[in-house]
Amino acid sequence: MSTGNHQSGQLTNVEAVRLVAAREMSVRLRSKAFLILLGITAVAFLAVPIITKLAASGPTTQHVAVVRSDADYGRQLEGLADKLHQKVAVTEVADQAAGTAAVRDGKADAFVVSHGADGTQVTVQKSLPDSLQTLFSFAGAAEQGPPPASQQVHATTLEKTDPQQGQKIAIAITAGLLMYLILMTVGQMVAQGVVEEKTSRVVELLLATIKPWQLLAGKVAGVAVVGAIQLVVPGVLGLAVGMADGQLSVSLSASVGSLMWTLAWFAAGFWLYAMIFASAGAMVSRQEDLGGVMAPIMMPLIAGWVVAISILPTNPQSGIAEVLSFVPLTAPVLMPMRWALGVAPIWQVLVALALTLACGVLVLRFAGRVYRNSVLRSGARVPLREALKAA
Amino acid sequence: MSDRRLEVDALTKRYGDTVALDGMSFDVRAGEIFGFVGSNGAGKTTTMRIILGVLAADGGEVRWDGVPVDHETRSRIGYMPEERGLYPRMKVGEQLTYLARLHGLGAAEAASAVRSWTERLGVHARVGDEVQKLSLGNQQRVQLAAALVHHPEILVLDEPFSGLDPVAVDVMSQVLREKAAEGIPVIFSSHQLDLVERLCDRVGIVRAGTMVACDTVERLQASGGEELLVHAPAAPEGWASDLVGVTVRGRENGRTVLALDEGADDQAVLAAALATGPVTEFARRRSSLTELFRHVVSAESHPGETASRGETEK
Repeated sequence: MSTGNHQSGQLTNVEAVRLVAAREMSVRLRSKAFLILLGITAVAFLAVPIITKLAASGPTTQHVAVVRSDADYGRQLEGLADKLHQKVAVTEVADQAAGTAAVRDGKADAFVVSHGADGTQVTVQKSLPDSLQTLFSFAGAAEQGPPPASQQVHATTLEKTDPQQGQKIAIAITAGLLMYLILMTVGQMVAQGVVEEKTSRVVELLLATIKPWQLLAGKVAGVAVVGAIQLVVPGVLGLAVGMADGQLSVSLSASVGSLMWTLAWFAAGFWLYAMIFASAGAMVSRQEDLGGVMAPIMMPLIAGWVVAISILPTNPQSGIAEVLSFVPLTAPVLMPMRWALGVAPIWQVLVALALTLACGVLVLRFAGRVYRNSVLRSGARVPLREALKAA
Repeated sequence: MSDRRLEVDALTKRYGDTVALDGMSFDVRAGEIFGFVGSNGAGKTTTMRIILGVLAADGGEVRWDGVPVDHETRSRIGYMPEERGLYPRMKVGEQLTYLARLHGLGAAEAASAVRSWTERLGVHARVGDEVQKLSLGNQQRVQLAAALVHHPEILVLDEPFSGLDPVAVDVMSQVLREKAAEGIPVIFSSHQLDLVERLCDRVGIVRAGTMVACDTVERLQASGGEELLVHAPAAPEGWASDLVGVTVRGRENGRTVLALDEGADDQAVLAAALATGPVTEFARRRSSLTELFRHVVSAESHPGETASRGETEK
């Protein structure tokens, strides 16, 4: 056998962390669970734009308001809509103020202010739907008799809105959902990985060779790469499908920008959550006990997502969402969404990112201590107070 | 053979109110097999974990070749923890390669070390299988390979023989002897005292976190005095208990084992035995390590208690 081999021995910190991370990745990337999850998320993000398109294309009745004096014009619109196979319901209002109010209240999709040789003036809430645009231009032309020439249609919007708002919401929800799902799954992957090493006792063999922080850092880095792959693949697929489909006409650079910001947030958020999840994993000895220590960690993540999905799409300016987008534990989900919605100025994004990173550094100190104090203890759950004791 | 030594010097360790180690001191020379024995909870595992740096001592230090053991030295120790541990869902070969790499071997070097050790330990056919699919005995062999795969300079093995079949015990013994012959200090703990007696150059007996006896097997045995083995088939129970200067240590395969005090008359014992009927065997022998162990370990807690033999292995 080998007789007194003397190799260079001692690993550098980087080598140790890299070896641990490489093992973590090779094991996880080959696992069925990873491939299945990746498949599901990819399919989900392919399906979302398609489903929204299908849902949006159903026939709906458009409501048009006209003043009483224009009743004839109204009937002409209805007749024309019939021929065009459009569903249009015309309501008569007393005066221009009532018509504007109807539009503002959402009772009417458009209010015809005037029509004549100099074009048709309409008032709409946000934008004039294509079908009504066609209808108005034909209606005006018919008045003047054949040959039908298209009539100028001028739309006035009541609400100053971003025509790309819908797409921004779609991107924001996608970004938020990805962050939420990925932080949740990779966080649990870290915790389970730590418990697996503890349960199988292999951790004692590892710690006889490398330092606890090297093991922790390598594990977190390895899982992070796996998580990033899980984030980028569906993200790119979703964007590609959305743009090919024409639903997302936001420029490519803006989309890629959103993805990059999401990745930056993933890095910061993952760092923070991974440390916390790892300490939680180190405190228990069996997978069955993991649920109990992970629940409190998942709370802020879930809360952030619930706020994001229930408030942000309808009210991007929401104060509570703004506040929570600065809180380190909820920021990784909320801030990328607010950024995608265009309601967060760059300084807010940077401040929140800095806060999250600072919190990550703080947590690293505690997590490292909890991990070191707990990872070799088996049996009952290690009480937090003991786990935090200075070594 | 070098005169390098692994010195364990006055280690202390407490867990809350429990004293785990109380001035644990001994040394193991290069090329020596050192047996570490003591009852459960005596501090063997704690000592080994401190040597490996897995635990921090409250006081004292561990030195290799006169220099306090640091992280760099520890990466050259081969360790087999009492709590066996490998990744259950990782393949044997990948696992051993990973551990070899963690100890600083290059990729090619690690691969060849894995091949040679798995062949040597008879698990080469299983390198592509997940560890959890192996029998317990084979997992033990892989565990040993994990301790040896990085060509360690020092071997620290916590209960390496527990759970091994007789063939594996032979392989393990052979490997330990070989490693010692290469000039590596080998320290292992065991409850199988017959093995310790057979393998070790020196033995340390621990009790309550302190080394209570530490010497060569011969000298330890000599210190335990001599025993008389008497086979008198017709003798009633307790036939020897009234003899002066004689302690009944127990029975062994129908024979009565007696300890003689200094200067006690063995001929009186023979006469007493003959008085009960025929005597088919009457022999002197040195105390076995097991007897000595019982004596040393129970010296304080159960003075004078006679232990029954025959359950040497746990």
